[in-house]
Amino acid sequence: MLRFVVKRLLSLALSLIVASGVIFLVVEVAPGDPASFMLGINAQPETVAALRAELGLDQSRLARYLQWTGGMLTGDFGTSYTYRTPVAQMIADRLWVSLPLALYALALSTLIAFPAGILAAARRGRPADIGVMGATQLGVAIPNFWFAMMLVLIFAIQLRWFSAGGFPGWDAGFFAALKALTLPAIALALPQAAILARIMRSSLLDILGEDFIRTARAKGLTARQALWRHGVRNALIPVLTIIGLQFAFLLAGAIIIEQVFFLPGLGRLIFQSITQRDLIVVESVVMLLVFAVIMVNFLVDLAYAAVDPRLRLRA
Amino acid sequence: MMSRNLILGGVLTGVFAAAALISFVWTPASVETMNIAARLQLPGAGHLLGTDHFGRDILSMLMVGARTSIAVALVAVGIGMGLGVPLGLTAAARSGGFLDEAIMRMNDLIFAFPSLVIAILITAVFGPSATNAIIAIGIFNIPVFARITRGAALSLWKREFIMAARVAGKGRARISAEHILPNIANLLIVQGTIQFSLGILAEAGLSYVGLGAQPPTPSWGRMLADAQTMVSLAPHVALIPGLTIVAMVLGLNLLGDGLRDALDPRLKVARA
Repeated sequence: MLRFVVKRLLSLALSLIVASGVIFLVVEVAPGDPASFMLGINAQPETVAALRAELGLDQSRLARYLQWTGGMLTGDFGTSYTYRTPVAQMIADRLWVSLPLALYALALSTLIAFPAGILAAARRGRPADIGVMGATQLGVAIPNFWFAMMLVLIFAIQLRWFSAGGFPGWDAGFFAALKALTLPAIALALPQAAILARIMRSSLLDILGEDFIRTARAKGLTARQALWRHGVRNALIPVLTIIGLQFAFLLAGAIIIEQVFFLPGLGRLIFQSITQRDLIVVESVVMLLVFAVIMVNFLVDLAYAAVDPRLRLRA
Repeated sequence: MMSRNLILGGVLTGVFAAAALISFVWTPASVETMNIAARLQLPGAGHLLGTDHFGRDILSMLMVGARTSIAVALVAVGIGMGLGVPLGLTAAARSGGFLDEAIMRMNDLIFAFPSLVIAILITAVFGPSATNAIIAIGIFNIPVFARITRGAALSLWKREFIMAARVAGKGRARISAEHILPNIANLLIVQGTIQFSLGILAEAGLSYVGLGAQPPTPSWGRMLADAQTMVSLAPHVALIPGLTIVAMVLGLNLLGDGLRDALDPRLKVARA
């Protein structure tokens, strides 16, 4: 196991180095100098040069890359070109919206998908199964931002149960904040729930075809008992992997949903930074999202190896 | 036997493809002419699907928008297949070797960038446009095709007919092209359909946030973005483009399922 962990850790480090290098290089080739952009077209060359020096833009690329990555390791993401505030602080503020939103959506998606997938597998080929599968077919076809607009139309504009957007902040009280995140979380959860329900169903169907289920039935367990005691538990392994991966994608997917609901999360931050050419912020937020995906992959791999010893050998 | 999925999916996809093609020569109304007097009209005789906030005919905009969606998704799938399939074939042919390892690690890396994040990065640097949306979605498609190609090709390399080809003196590249590729073509077609539908969704999402096709080119995602502020006044402005996207994606997914069943009857039994 230790050998496996070390190997995966090395590959994790390599992935992060390459990913940060790619992000840095892509942003580097961006046309336009942030310093001249900030000062406008009428700026004196000396002023621009002074600002460039202040922002550290006059140093070599390698030096700046090392400074950026080294800083990130210690939690220093640099200073925003536009707001002159630490990027780490800006990200931390926004993360308090995006992270709970992604977690909320993940919880909803799991709560919908598990019963639906189990029901479909248990009632395979019958109306309940066909109904669930039809619903998942529709679920994956609906763009989540459009679904979000429809939720606003029905629950905010017509029924007035929720506000159409905005976020009161966690200071306004836990439930008030949670309420503001409810429609966005539902919109975000829907397509994920459809995918997860399908995986739950097919994973469970695979397990239900195994010999040990037949043995359990032969021992005298009813179909229901065999399903719950032996089926669902074993079917969970592949499902948990997908849940792990979905979390990272929910965090990234929240970018668009935040736009629909005017939520002050990472998504809003990234779009603002793009329009203001605040590239250091763009760079850092993108790196953070990629880091989340790579990290989750890593943890899923470890969890897998802990559960299934065969995987340790293969690596 | 043709399945219901295949027929329904084929018809839906066909209708949208036809609408996009017809829009090159004819649309019910011009998509560039504004008519403020006729704005936000409900679907009716004059405008079959109503008008938007500038008085433009929604049906015409959807037809021209279909062009953008299909073009972006299609080229993105082309990029994914064009690069991903050869990479996957190479990785399988050199299985276990350095090249295999390098290709698969690179794939993992691209996988770590959610397509939206790639799109944002590209747009942040080069500015928003349909071309950049294509590149972003296309890059994301590469590892998808590389993985599926490698997986399928690996199992084929162990088969006897491949062994026979090797004994006959054919090289790895030639075997890949002449024996492996034709045998995994079905799989690639089915995956292509799925990625195509994901591409339609991704394009809609990107143009919704303003990272896709730019005005005045009509696109489904931007129609929804424009509709957002009107949704309480005229819900149809948001409802119709949204349902259009759902129908197109649903059609493609059904087509993919139907094709899979039709091309590989064995899977039908296994999956049912």
